[in-house]
Amino acid sequence: MSGASSWSLGEREAHRIHEILRGLLRESGARSALLVDRAGQLVAQTGEAPTFDPTAFASLTAADFSANDQLARMLGEQEFGALFHQGERESMYLADVARRVILVVLFDNRTTLGLVKLRVRGTVGTLAEVFTSMFASGAEPPRMADGFVGEAEDEIDRLFGK
Amino acid sequence: MSMINYASREINCKLVYYGPGLGGKTTNLEYVYQKVAPTSRGKMISLATETERTLFFDFLPVDLGTIRGFKTRFHLYTVPGQVYYNASRKLILKGVDGVVFVADSQIERMEANIEAMQNLYDNLAEHGYDLTRLPFVVQYNKRDLPNAAPLAELQQTLNPGWPVEEAARQRLSPDPLHPGEFLVWQADGQWFERAPYYEAVALTGEGVFDTLKAVSKIVLKSLG
Repeated sequence: MSGASSWSLGEREAHRIHEILRGLLRESGARSALLVDRAGQLVAQTGEAPTFDPTAFASLTAADFSANDQLARMLGEQEFGALFHQGERESMYLADVARRVILVVLFDNRTTLGLVKLRVRGTVGTLAEVFTSMFASGAEPPRMADGFVGEAEDEIDRLFGK
Repeated sequence: MSMINYASREINCKLVYYGPGLGGKTTNLEYVYQKVAPTSRGKMISLATETERTLFFDFLPVDLGTIRGFKTRFHLYTVPGQVYYNASRKLILKGVDGVVFVADSQIERMEANIEAMQNLYDNLAEHGYDLTRLPFVVQYNKRDLPNAAPLAELQQTLNPGWPVEEAARQRLSPDPLHPGEFLVWQADGQWFERAPYYEAVALTGEGVFDTLKAVSKIVLKSLG
Protein backbone atom coordinates (compact mmCIF):
# COMPACT_ATOMS: atom_id res chain seq x y z
CA MET A 1 0.00 0.00 0.00
CA SER A 2 1.39 3.41 -0.82
CA GLY A 3 0.55 6.98 -1.63
CA ALA A 4 -1.29 7.69 -4.85
CA SER A 5 0.93 7.49 -7.92
CA SER A 6 1.15 10.03 -10.70
CA TRP A 7 0.64 9.28 -14.34
CA SER A 8 1.55 11.15 -17.45
CA LEU A 9 0.32 11.50 -20.98
CA GLY A 10 3.01 11.78 -23.66
CA GLU A 11 2.68 13.68 -26.93
CA ARG A 12 2.63 10.49 -29.00
CA GLU A 13 -0.22 8.96 -27.00
CA ALA A 14 -2.10 12.27 -26.99
CA HIS A 15 -1.82 12.46 -30.76
CA ARG A 16 -3.11 8.90 -31.12
CA ILE A 17 -6.01 9.59 -28.72
CA HIS A 18 -7.07 12.71 -30.64
CA GLU A 19 -6.96 10.76 -33.87
CA ILE A 20 -9.26 8.10 -32.40
CA LEU A 21 -11.67 10.72 -31.02
CA ARG A 22 -11.80 12.57 -34.34
CA GLY A 23 -12.66 9.28 -36.03
CA LEU A 24 -15.46 8.73 -33.54
CA LEU A 25 -16.94 12.20 -34.18
CA ARG A 26 -16.76 11.70 -37.93
CA GLU A 27 -18.52 8.34 -37.83
CA SER A 28 -21.12 9.16 -35.19
CA GLY A 29 -22.09 12.71 -36.11
CA ALA A 30 -21.56 13.78 -32.48
CA ARG A 31 -20.44 17.32 -31.66
CA SER A 32 -17.70 16.84 -29.16
CA ALA A 33 -15.80 14.11 -27.30
CA LEU A 34 -13.92 14.42 -24.02
CA LEU A 35 -11.76 12.04 -22.03
CA VAL A 36 -11.74 12.45 -18.26
CA ASP A 37 -9.71 10.43 -15.80
CA ARG A 38 -11.33 8.76 -12.79
CA ALA A 39 -9.96 11.44 -10.47
CA GLY A 40 -11.88 14.12 -12.40
CA GLN A 41 -9.17 15.60 -14.59
CA LEU A 42 -9.62 16.42 -18.24
CA VAL A 43 -7.28 14.34 -20.40
CA ALA A 44 -8.35 15.31 -23.93
CA GLN A 45 -11.06 17.15 -25.86
CA THR A 46 -11.90 17.01 -29.55
CA GLY A 47 -14.61 18.53 -31.72
CA GLU A 48 -16.59 21.72 -31.16
CA ALA A 49 -15.06 23.80 -28.39
CA PRO A 50 -17.25 23.53 -25.29
CA THR A 51 -19.16 26.60 -24.18
CA PHE A 52 -18.96 25.45 -20.55
CA ASP A 53 -16.07 25.29 -18.06
CA PRO A 54 -14.30 22.03 -19.02
CA THR A 55 -12.52 21.71 -15.66
CA ALA A 56 -15.76 21.76 -13.70
CA PHE A 57 -17.36 19.51 -16.30
CA ALA A 58 -14.59 16.92 -15.85
CA SER A 59 -14.86 16.82 -12.06
CA LEU A 60 -18.64 16.40 -12.24
CA THR A 61 -18.32 13.68 -14.88
CA ALA A 62 -15.99 11.61 -12.70
CA ALA A 63 -18.30 12.06 -9.71
CA ASP A 64 -21.33 11.11 -11.80
CA PHE A 65 -19.64 7.97 -13.06
CA SER A 66 -18.33 6.98 -9.62
CA ALA A 67 -21.74 7.44 -8.01
CA ASN A 68 -23.33 5.30 -10.69
CA ASP A 69 -20.68 2.62 -10.19
CA GLN A 70 -21.75 2.37 -6.57
CA LEU A 71 -25.41 2.20 -7.57
CA ALA A 72 -24.55 -0.64 -9.94
CA ARG A 73 -22.90 -2.59 -7.14
CA MET A 74 -25.98 -2.15 -4.98
CA LEU A 75 -27.93 -3.81 -7.76
CA GLY A 76 -25.44 -6.66 -7.90
CA GLU A 77 -23.77 -5.42 -11.09
CA GLN A 78 -20.01 -5.01 -11.28
CA GLU A 79 -20.46 -1.62 -12.95
CA PHE A 80 -22.55 0.34 -15.41
CA GLY A 81 -20.21 0.36 -18.38
CA ALA A 82 -22.07 3.27 -19.96
CA LEU A 83 -24.48 6.06 -18.97
CA PHE A 84 -26.84 8.16 -21.01
CA HIS A 85 -28.20 11.59 -20.06
CA GLN A 86 -30.94 12.85 -22.31
CA GLY A 87 -31.75 16.51 -22.76
CA GLU A 88 -34.26 18.27 -24.97
CA ARG A 89 -31.63 19.28 -27.50
CA GLU A 90 -28.28 18.20 -26.08
CA SER A 91 -27.50 14.74 -24.76
CA MET A 92 -24.46 13.01 -23.43
CA TYR A 93 -23.26 9.44 -23.53
CA LEU A 94 -20.54 8.27 -21.15
CA ALA A 95 -18.54 5.06 -21.36
CA ASP A 96 -15.83 3.49 -19.25
CA VAL A 97 -12.43 2.90 -20.85
CA ALA A 98 -10.28 0.21 -19.19
CA ARG A 99 -11.41 1.34 -15.71
CA ARG A 100 -9.00 4.26 -16.12
CA VAL A 101 -10.78 7.00 -17.99
CA ILE A 102 -14.27 7.98 -19.05
CA LEU A 103 -15.21 8.81 -22.62
CA VAL A 104 -17.88 11.51 -22.82
CA VAL A 105 -19.66 12.14 -26.11
CA LEU A 106 -21.86 15.22 -26.53
CA PHE A 107 -24.42 15.15 -29.32
CA ASP A 108 -27.61 16.79 -30.49
CA ASN A 109 -30.53 15.80 -32.71
CA ARG A 110 -28.38 15.75 -35.85
CA THR A 111 -27.56 12.15 -34.92
CA THR A 112 -29.15 9.35 -32.92
CA LEU A 113 -28.38 7.59 -29.67
CA GLY A 114 -28.20 4.27 -31.51
CA LEU A 115 -25.46 5.45 -33.85
CA VAL A 116 -23.50 7.09 -31.03
CA LYS A 117 -23.70 3.92 -28.93
CA LEU A 118 -22.57 1.77 -31.81
CA ARG A 119 -19.56 3.94 -32.64
CA VAL A 120 -18.62 4.40 -28.99
CA ARG A 121 -18.47 0.65 -28.50
CA GLY A 122 -15.76 0.31 -31.15
CA THR A 123 -13.89 3.39 -29.95
CA VAL A 124 -13.80 2.18 -26.34
CA GLY A 125 -11.98 -0.97 -27.45
CA THR A 126 -9.36 0.99 -29.40
CA LEU A 127 -8.85 3.52 -26.59
CA ALA A 128 -8.59 0.73 -24.03
CA GLU A 129 -5.65 -0.74 -25.96
CA VAL A 130 -3.88 2.64 -25.95
CA PHE A 131 -4.41 3.20 -22.21
CA THR A 132 -3.63 -0.37 -21.19
CA SER A 133 -0.29 -0.35 -22.99
CA MET A 134 0.43 3.19 -21.73
CA PHE A 135 -0.08 2.19 -18.10
CA ALA A 136 1.77 -1.09 -18.57
CA SER A 137 4.85 0.63 -19.97
CA GLY A 138 4.76 3.68 -17.70
CA ALA A 139 6.07 1.93 -14.59
CA GLU A 140 8.38 4.83 -13.74
CA PRO A 141 6.55 7.72 -12.09
CA PRO A 142 7.01 10.97 -14.01
CA ARG A 143 9.50 13.48 -12.58
CA MET A 144 9.61 17.18 -13.24
CA ALA A 145 12.68 19.08 -14.45
CA ASP A 146 15.22 20.45 -11.98
CA GLY A 147 14.13 23.79 -10.62
CA PHE A 148 10.43 23.04 -11.02
CA VAL A 149 9.78 22.62 -7.29
CA GLY A 150 11.63 25.82 -6.35
CA GLU A 151 9.73 27.86 -8.93
CA ALA A 152 6.44 26.25 -7.95
CA GLU A 153 7.04 27.15 -4.31
CA ASP A 154 7.65 30.77 -5.26
CA GLU A 155 4.38 30.80 -7.20
CA ILE A 156 2.54 29.32 -4.23
CA ASP A 157 3.92 32.06 -1.98
CA ARG A 158 2.95 34.71 -4.52
CA LEU A 159 -0.59 33.42 -5.06
CA PHE A 160 -1.45 32.36 -1.51
CA GLY A 161 0.47 35.14 0.29
CA LYS A 162 3.79 35.04 2.13
CA MET B 1 -2.66 10.78 -8.55
CA SER B 2 -1.50 13.93 -10.23
CA MET B 3 -1.74 13.91 -13.98
CA ILE B 4 1.06 15.34 -16.09
CA ASN B 5 -0.14 15.98 -19.62
CA TYR B 6 2.94 16.47 -21.80
CA ALA B 7 0.79 17.15 -24.84
CA SER B 8 -1.15 20.10 -23.42
CA ARG B 9 1.70 20.80 -20.94
CA GLU B 10 -0.50 20.72 -17.86
CA ILE B 11 -0.14 19.36 -14.35
CA ASN B 12 -3.24 18.83 -12.25
CA CYS B 13 -3.10 17.90 -8.57
CA LYS B 14 -6.05 16.91 -6.41
CA LEU B 15 -6.28 18.16 -2.81
CA VAL B 16 -9.06 16.93 -0.54
CA TYR B 17 -10.33 18.65 2.62
CA TYR B 18 -11.60 15.99 5.01
CA GLY B 19 -13.07 16.11 8.52
CA PRO B 20 -16.19 15.95 10.67
CA GLY B 21 -19.48 17.60 9.68
CA LEU B 22 -19.76 21.36 10.29
CA GLY B 23 -16.02 21.55 10.91
CA GLY B 24 -15.32 24.27 8.33
CA LYS B 25 -14.14 22.44 5.18
CA THR B 26 -16.47 24.34 2.85
CA THR B 27 -15.64 27.58 4.69
CA ASN B 28 -11.96 27.02 3.88
CA LEU B 29 -12.76 26.72 0.18
CA GLU B 30 -15.10 29.71 0.23
CA TYR B 31 -12.37 31.87 1.74
CA VAL B 32 -9.86 30.74 -0.91
CA TYR B 33 -12.48 31.47 -3.58
CA GLN B 34 -13.03 35.01 -2.25
CA LYS B 35 -9.38 35.90 -1.86
CA VAL B 36 -7.70 34.41 -4.93
CA ALA B 37 -7.85 36.68 -7.99
CA PRO B 38 -10.63 35.57 -10.37
CA THR B 39 -8.02 35.13 -13.11
CA SER B 40 -6.32 32.46 -11.00
CA ARG B 41 -9.31 30.36 -10.08
CA GLY B 42 -12.29 28.73 -11.70
CA LYS B 43 -15.90 28.53 -10.67
CA MET B 44 -16.68 27.00 -7.29
CA ILE B 45 -19.11 24.12 -7.55
CA SER B 46 -21.07 22.98 -4.52
CA LEU B 47 -23.28 19.94 -4.51
CA ALA B 48 -25.14 20.74 -1.31
CA THR B 49 -28.49 20.03 0.33
CA GLU B 50 -31.14 22.72 0.81
CA THR B 51 -29.69 23.42 4.25
CA GLU B 52 -26.27 23.98 2.71
CA ARG B 53 -24.74 20.79 4.04
CA THR B 54 -22.32 19.35 1.50
CA LEU B 55 -24.09 16.43 -0.15
CA PHE B 56 -21.38 15.19 -2.48
CA PHE B 57 -18.51 17.67 -2.68
CA ASP B 58 -17.39 21.23 -3.24
CA PHE B 59 -14.90 21.82 -6.01
CA LEU B 60 -12.60 24.75 -6.71
CA PRO B 61 -9.79 24.77 -9.31
CA VAL B 62 -6.89 27.13 -8.54
CA ASP B 63 -4.29 28.03 -11.15
CA LEU B 64 -0.67 28.46 -10.13
CA GLY B 65 0.29 29.75 -13.55
CA THR B 66 2.92 28.34 -15.90
CA ILE B 67 5.95 26.81 -14.23
CA ARG B 68 8.83 25.58 -16.39
CA GLY B 69 6.46 25.43 -19.32
CA PHE B 70 3.72 23.54 -17.48
CA LYS B 71 0.35 25.03 -16.59
CA THR B 72 0.05 23.94 -12.96
CA ARG B 73 -3.33 23.67 -11.31
CA PHE B 74 -4.70 22.48 -7.99
CA HIS B 75 -8.17 20.97 -7.77
CA LEU B 76 -9.55 21.57 -4.29
CA TYR B 77 -12.31 19.26 -3.09
CA THR B 78 -14.23 18.93 0.17
CA VAL B 79 -16.12 15.83 1.24
CA PRO B 80 -19.44 15.73 3.09
CA GLY B 81 -18.69 15.43 6.80
CA GLN B 82 -21.89 13.83 8.02
CA VAL B 83 -21.35 10.19 8.97
CA TYR B 84 -24.12 8.87 6.71
CA TYR B 85 -22.53 10.25 3.53
CA ASN B 86 -19.63 7.82 3.62
CA ALA B 87 -20.27 6.39 0.17
CA SER B 88 -19.84 9.83 -1.45
CA ARG B 89 -16.89 10.63 0.78
CA LYS B 90 -14.99 7.58 -0.36
CA LEU B 91 -15.50 8.42 -4.03
CA ILE B 92 -13.88 11.84 -3.71
CA LEU B 93 -10.65 10.32 -2.38
CA LYS B 94 -10.07 8.53 -5.68
CA GLY B 95 -6.79 9.80 -7.11
CA VAL B 96 -6.06 12.20 -4.24
CA ASP B 97 -2.60 13.84 -4.12
CA GLY B 98 -2.82 15.59 -0.77
CA VAL B 99 -5.14 15.68 2.24
CA VAL B 100 -6.06 18.45 4.70
CA PHE B 101 -7.84 17.18 7.78
CA VAL B 102 -9.99 20.02 9.15
CA ALA B 103 -10.60 19.26 12.81
CA ASP B 104 -13.25 21.07 14.85
CA SER B 105 -11.42 22.35 17.96
CA GLN B 106 -14.53 22.41 20.14
CA ILE B 107 -14.12 19.97 22.99
CA GLU B 108 -17.61 18.55 22.36
CA ARG B 109 -16.53 17.57 18.83
CA MET B 110 -13.56 15.46 19.89
CA GLU B 111 -15.39 12.17 19.29
CA ALA B 112 -16.53 13.33 15.85
CA ASN B 113 -12.93 14.29 15.01
CA ILE B 114 -11.61 10.89 16.04
CA GLU B 115 -14.29 9.12 14.06
CA ALA B 116 -13.57 11.21 10.95
CA MET B 117 -9.81 10.60 11.20
CA GLN B 118 -10.35 6.86 11.48
CA ASN B 119 -12.78 7.04 8.57
CA LEU B 120 -10.19 8.90 6.46
CA TYR B 121 -7.59 6.24 7.15
CA ASP B 122 -10.04 3.42 6.34
CA ASN B 123 -11.39 5.00 3.16
CA LEU B 124 -7.88 5.69 1.85
CA ALA B 125 -6.88 2.11 2.61
CA GLU B 126 -9.83 0.88 0.57
CA HIS B 127 -8.37 2.76 -2.41
CA GLY B 128 -4.97 1.21 -1.64
CA TYR B 129 -3.46 4.46 -0.29
CA ASP B 130 -1.61 4.86 3.00
CA LEU B 131 -2.26 8.13 4.83
CA THR B 132 1.26 8.12 6.31
CA ARG B 133 2.73 8.12 2.78
CA LEU B 134 0.55 10.89 1.36
CA PRO B 135 1.10 14.64 1.62
CA PHE B 136 -1.02 15.34 4.69
CA VAL B 137 -1.57 18.31 7.01
CA VAL B 138 -3.93 18.86 9.94
CA GLN B 139 -5.83 22.09 10.53
CA TYR B 140 -7.34 22.83 13.95
CA ASN B 141 -10.22 25.11 13.09
CA LYS B 142 -12.40 27.34 15.30
CA ARG B 143 -9.50 28.29 17.57
CA ASP B 144 -11.37 31.48 18.52
CA LEU B 145 -14.17 29.66 20.34
CA PRO B 146 -14.16 29.65 24.15
CA ASN B 147 -14.80 25.89 24.24
CA ALA B 148 -11.79 25.07 22.01
CA ALA B 149 -9.73 22.20 23.41
CA PRO B 150 -6.05 22.86 24.17
CA LEU B 151 -3.75 22.23 21.20
CA ALA B 152 -1.66 19.68 23.08
CA GLU B 153 -4.76 17.61 23.73
CA LEU B 154 -5.86 17.77 20.09
CA GLN B 155 -2.39 16.80 18.91
CA GLN B 156 -2.20 13.92 21.35
CA THR B 157 -5.57 12.60 20.21
CA LEU B 158 -5.62 13.28 16.48
CA ASN B 159 -2.01 13.61 15.39
CA PRO B 160 0.11 11.61 17.86
CA GLY B 161 2.50 10.34 15.17
CA TRP B 162 3.11 7.05 13.43
CA PRO B 163 6.19 4.77 13.56
CA VAL B 164 8.82 5.36 10.87
CA GLU B 165 10.52 2.18 9.71
CA GLU B 166 12.37 3.52 6.64
CA ALA B 167 15.97 4.33 7.60
CA ALA B 168 16.15 7.22 5.12
CA ARG B 169 13.33 9.02 6.93
CA GLN B 170 14.73 8.46 10.42
CA ARG B 171 16.24 11.93 10.86
CA LEU B 172 15.38 14.40 13.59
CA SER B 173 13.26 17.09 11.95
CA PRO B 174 12.14 20.14 13.93
CA ASP B 175 8.70 21.61 13.27
CA PRO B 176 9.57 25.02 11.78
CA LEU B 177 6.28 26.53 12.93
CA HIS B 178 6.31 25.30 16.51
CA PRO B 179 9.65 25.80 18.27
CA GLY B 180 10.59 22.91 20.53
CA GLU B 181 8.35 20.47 18.61
CA PHE B 182 9.33 17.92 15.98
CA LEU B 183 7.82 16.42 12.82
CA VAL B 184 10.18 13.42 13.00
CA TRP B 185 11.68 12.36 16.33
CA GLN B 186 12.92 9.40 18.31
CA ALA B 187 11.51 8.08 21.58
CA ASP B 188 12.43 4.87 23.39
CA GLY B 189 14.48 3.67 20.43
CA GLN B 190 11.58 4.09 17.97
CA TRP B 191 11.27 6.83 15.31
CA PHE B 192 7.99 8.66 14.85
CA GLU B 193 6.59 11.13 12.35
CA ARG B 194 3.52 13.31 12.40
CA ALA B 195 1.70 15.64 10.08
CA PRO B 196 2.39 19.40 10.15
CA TYR B 197 -0.46 21.22 11.88
CA TYR B 198 -2.01 24.69 11.66
CA GLU B 199 -4.39 26.68 13.81
CA ALA B 200 -7.24 28.36 11.99
CA VAL B 201 -10.40 30.41 12.15
CA ALA B 202 -11.71 29.63 8.68
CA LEU B 203 -14.58 32.14 8.95
CA THR B 204 -12.13 35.06 9.16
CA GLY B 205 -9.55 33.32 6.96
CA GLU B 206 -6.95 32.95 9.69
CA GLY B 207 -4.72 29.97 8.90
CA VAL B 208 -6.57 29.09 5.69
CA PHE B 209 -3.78 30.01 3.28
CA ASP B 210 -1.03 28.73 5.60
CA THR B 211 -2.70 25.33 5.47
CA LEU B 212 -3.19 25.40 1.71
CA LYS B 213 0.37 26.58 1.11
CA ALA B 214 1.76 23.80 3.27
CA VAL B 215 -0.11 20.96 1.63
CA SER B 216 0.41 22.22 -1.92
CA LYS B 217 4.17 22.56 -1.37
CA ILE B 218 4.42 19.00 -0.07
CA VAL B 219 2.44 17.76 -3.08
CA LEU B 220 4.70 19.56 -5.57
CA LYS B 221 7.82 18.31 -3.80
CA SER B 222 6.60 14.77 -4.35
CA LEU B 223 6.67 15.48 -8.12
CA GLY B 224 10.17 16.97 -8.19
